[in-house]
Amino acid sequence: MAPAKGNQPRHHILSVTVENRAGVLARVAGLFSRRGYNIYSLAVAPTDDERFSRITIVVDVESSPLEQVTKQLFKLINVVKISELDPAEATERELVLATVRAEPKSRGEVIELVQVFEGRIVDVGYDQLTVMLAGAPSKLDDFEDLMRSYGIVELQRTGRVALPKLERQAPRLRSVSGAVG
Amino acid sequence: MKLTGAQALIKSLEMEQVEVMFGLPGGAILPVYDPIIESTIRHILVRHEQGAGHMAEGYAHATGRPGVAMVTSGPAATNIVTPLCDAYMDSIPLVCVTGQVARSAIGTDAFQECDTTGITMAVTKHNWLVTDAQDIPQVVAEAFHVATTGRPGPVLIDLPKDVSNATMDWYWPNGVDLPGYKPTTRGHPRMIREAARLIASAQRPVIYAGGGILKARAAEALRALVDDTGIPVVTTLMARGAFPDDHPMCLGMPGMHGNYTAVTAMQKADLLIALGSRFDDRVTGKVSAFAPEAKVVHVDIDPAELGKVRRPDVPIVGDCRLVIEELVAAVRQQTEPEPVPDRGPWIDQIRQWQRQYPLAYDRNPPDGVLKPQFVVESLRDATPDDTIVVAGVGQHQMWTSQYWRFNHPYTWVNSGGLGTMGFAVPAAIGAKVGRPDRTVWAVDGDGCFQMTAQELVTASAERIPVKIAILNNAYLGMVRQWQEMFYDERYSEVYLSPDLPDYVKWADAMGCVGLRVEAPEEVGPAIDKANEIDDRPVVIDFRTDSSEKVFPMVPAGGSNDDIVVDPAHGEGGR
Ligand SMILES: Cc1ncc(C[n+]2csc(CCOP(=O)(O)OP(=O)(O)O)c2C)c(N)n1
Repeated sequence: MAPAKGNQPRHHILSVTVENRAGVLARVAGLFSRRGYNIYSLAVAPTDDERFSRITIVVDVESSPLEQVTKQLFKLINVVKISELDPAEATERELVLATVRAEPKSRGEVIELVQVFEGRIVDVGYDQLTVMLAGAPSKLDDFEDLMRSYGIVELQRTGRVALPKLERQAPRLRSVSGAVG
Repeated sequence: MKLTGAQALIKSLEMEQVEVMFGLPGGAILPVYDPIIESTIRHILVRHEQGAGHMAEGYAHATGRPGVAMVTSGPAATNIVTPLCDAYMDSIPLVCVTGQVARSAIGTDAFQECDTTGITMAVTKHNWLVTDAQDIPQVVAEAFHVATTGRPGPVLIDLPKDVSNATMDWYWPNGVDLPGYKPTTRGHPRMIREAARLIASAQRPVIYAGGGILKARAAEALRALVDDTGIPVVTTLMARGAFPDDHPMCLGMPGMHGNYTAVTAMQKADLLIALGSRFDDRVTGKVSAFAPEAKVVHVDIDPAELGKVRRPDVPIVGDCRLVIEELVAAVRQQTEPEPVPDRGPWIDQIRQWQRQYPLAYDRNPPDGVLKPQFVVESLRDATPDDTIVVAGVGQHQMWTSQYWRFNHPYTWVNSGGLGTMGFAVPAAIGAKVGRPDRTVWAVDGDGCFQMTAQELVTASAERIPVKIAILNNAYLGMVRQWQEMFYDERYSEVYLSPDLPDYVKWADAMGCVGLRVEAPEEVGPAIDKANEIDDRPVVIDFRTDSSEKVFPMVPAGGSNDDIVVDPAHGEGGR
């Protein structure tokens, strides 16, 4: 993930609720590509309401052009809601499945690292392991870097999902005086 | 009641009060062509699907009602992509139905299959691939709703052949269910007040009226706003007619080929009230140098237009007519500032520009050649005031928009955003179908005419008496002008023989009356003769001066401060 440059964060998370209709993803993705923006990561799945799906899109772009994309996105008839999550105010998670080399002499080290990262070994071969790890994207990046020295055979990440961070404090009681009807 | 999908489609169009549709049949849409025989809907058989699309656009421009086109799959669908894109750019309500191969064949590269919804996704407001005949009435109702509400635009319904043939239980939906589509129509009250405050205190305000005024049927509201405030108005290429040219506060068209006063008044304004206009680059010139001192109030039904090009000081999302009415009320209530600024000097300045730089061309050319501007003026003067005028794209389009006097809304039919050559002939036919009571003149270029002239066969066969004035300058004139001005007069691939084709014979062959005009004194009689013919189309081949250019001009990418006026002003054009 490209880090923030300058004062303006360039990394944006859009959480887009869409109607569950054929072609919606193509419409959404097409809008980004038509305007020359790269989607960094994309995750789609139905929500608890089967009429809708949620698309989580991570883009690396400055705020002002993003505003235009967001507005254009909202013009799509099947797009119901768009929220932009501030990366500082969001909980982001991603899943990685990685097959790494694990020769007998290094196998112990690999297993140990997987444990440190709170990952799980989901498949074992004679000189390879398949590992699953879920977490914040930066943690996955770190894990990926470490595994590279042992040899990554294959790796797949899901693209991230995100939710807003929760309020830390109970909201102050609102004044009720003057409230009419 | 059991119906086939095809019958349900036609019945749904009838429920939407469609009176006419433009199209051409073929294999995949064949089932739907069958129930047309019994339908109340008039079908006009075109000669090329592009014609169907532009006719539907012309119909929509002239009537405000959605235009409907129906064609088959594959090449027919690709032929209609240009009109869809044109309608998308100019926010024209259009409903296009395309046939599609049977569902089982979709994705197999079957004969005449193409991914129509995929291809048209980027040039429609929305499109549907119907997979169940039972959905047809619902989809049609949604399609008309989407095409005509909010920011209007084209929509497309792709209908597989087996779905047309399947049976369904007829119903008519009592509403649409589009949870993601809720256009905002009323302005935000705080923004309205803020706009009224800016309007009241501005010293050099200009109303920048765009095509949205016409889409929202807001011409009367605009008139009330101007009569209350005395603020001058520019009307963009898409808005010609939205405010009467005869009104003393009308400055005419701004932009690359706008007149000096309209362009300069915007440049010097301290407040631009942008109403249904989108800051197109042809209007703003170099954006960073556009109207540098102006605050901006921007009203648009489409939130994406606000801040797209220029960040407004007061953005107002809403329907132009409703918002202008709200603005008029707010301005009337406005008590501050006291005293109200004196706009006398501003209006005086504008009048001075108008006197100093009127639109000009050489009215007495030494060699007696026919000036295209003279042809447009003659046409204007010899036709009824409410004539509908259609243009192609190029020099002739700019001259028409400059030299016509548009005093009524919906009298100017034009391809502004996409700039589609070949628009005029079919769009004029569509306009005449929609408004048979009106005289419809198309002013076309010789290049444009050759792109879609065959639709005059449609017009003759269907007895649609449109009139076409070709300003035949023997060139792709607008391109020639750029080569002359910016490529050292190196004319590359822009010469069209003036005699090829023989337009009079061609017109004749297409069942029209053809006339040729070579000298200024023949102009009036030919126009009078054309105006008298009402039982078939007329084509006049006006042989005009090849070297004439469109002025004023702001060079592409240049600042509006660098506007070049016509050399006829005698100052070498500046
Ligand atoms: C379909 C299409 N192709 C090309 C162009 C580029 N173009 C713009 S104006 C023009 C010349 C038009 O020539 P003509 O119709 O003779 O009109 P004139 O400018 O001479 O009045 C061309 C080629 C276009 N706008 N549309």
